[in-house]
Amino acid sequence: MNALPITESDLQAYVDGCLAESRRAEIEGFLAARPDETARLAAYRAQGERLRAAFAPVLDEPVPERLTRALQPRRARWLRVAAAFAFSALGGVLGWQLHGAFAERPAAGQAALPLAHNAAIAHATYSPEVRHPVEVGADQEAHLVAWLSKRLGARVRAPNLEAVGYSLMGGRLLPGERGAAGAATPTAQFMYQSKQGTRVTLYLRTGVRDQNETAFRYAREGNVGVFYWIDRNFGYALSSADIGRDDLLKVANAAYAQLNP
Amino acid sequence: MNEVAQVVAYIPRLRRYARALVGERAAADDLVQDTLERALNKLHLWKRGTDLRAWLFTVMHNVHVNQVRSRRETAALDGDALELAVRATQDVALEARDLERMLARLPVEQREVLLLVVLEDMSYEEAAAALGIPIGTVMSRLSRGREKLRVLMEGLPASGRLQVVK
Repeated sequence: MNALPITESDLQAYVDGCLAESRRAEIEGFLAARPDETARLAAYRAQGERLRAAFAPVLDEPVPERLTRALQPRRARWLRVAAAFAFSALGGVLGWQLHGAFAERPAAGQAALPLAHNAAIAHATYSPEVRHPVEVGADQEAHLVAWLSKRLGARVRAPNLEAVGYSLMGGRLLPGERGAAGAATPTAQFMYQSKQGTRVTLYLRTGVRDQNETAFRYAREGNVGVFYWIDRNFGYALSSADIGRDDLLKVANAAYAQLNP
Repeated sequence: MNEVAQVVAYIPRLRRYARALVGERAAADDLVQDTLERALNKLHLWKRGTDLRAWLFTVMHNVHVNQVRSRRETAALDGDALELAVRATQDVALEARDLERMLARLPVEQREVLLLVVLEDMSYEEAAAALGIPIGTVMSRLSRGREKLRVLMEGLPASGRLQVVK
């Protein structure tokens, strides 16, 4: 038989099982005398099986709401935003900079404030945790608050967000941000979860000196949305990757109302 | 109208591919979200009767190329955040995390081809069309990607999946 020369592409196609029967037989004849090549191709097959097995569970994961929401027509999404707008305008009196709250995602390369940035990193780090989302659980809330107050050097408290569907899970101490003086300021994170399993975290730090006290702003870091504000000596940032901007705004509303009475 | 329902049906596959391509759940879903938004805006450009799946993967490829490009322009801090997030994510099986880490070491061009062929079970022609490259390029990237991944896998000790990251 005057077979075509066997190429690397033939061997790849052999691995993928997409050769015609006659060609496959030729490849098998070729491989019979080449154990090294046979082993290499077997390794590719095993590799494919490992990849398929490892990522197959993703197919069965529930699709996050934000993905199905991404396919809603624009107008419907605008109505939701408008509704959220009306909601916060009614509840208003807070004088937040709403146009800032609905600012578009910052352009690539445009750095958000360190507060929002660090809060988003802390959120992305701890909120996916299943077993150890918090250091101290909500069952020891008094201890948690006392401990964090001591470490932050100021009285802190975890707002009660039950009214907007979020229960306190607990909190943790974080190494914090490097201030102008070079010393790292400890920061705290409280984590909350809804019945649906969506999570939000409230990040807070002390020693913020900013004239722009009550400004309430929105930033996005990757898929984490952050509402942040500064009040007196505290910087607060409420983050979530699970819920949309308008839902997050409602939670931020509730937190703000308690923290800045 | 019905196209949107068809797109919805592909979301799990887009997520699987994105997870393997990007390696981290939140970032992968970001990629899927951007892809879906773009696909919705451009759906009128999709020709009925042609393969919707291939078209969606083309959209995702383009979105990813743009993201990678813009990310290169932003600071390295994001890399740290990403790594922390990867380590902290406990809902991904250890095996998948190992593979994600190894996949991340392949050039993105090779990773794409390998995943389209192996995970998505695309023919070489389909992968070539989805990525907008010649079939010969698909073959060479597939070959190099597989070989590099094999070397990485064999570099692991037998109990490699329990290895601790430095």
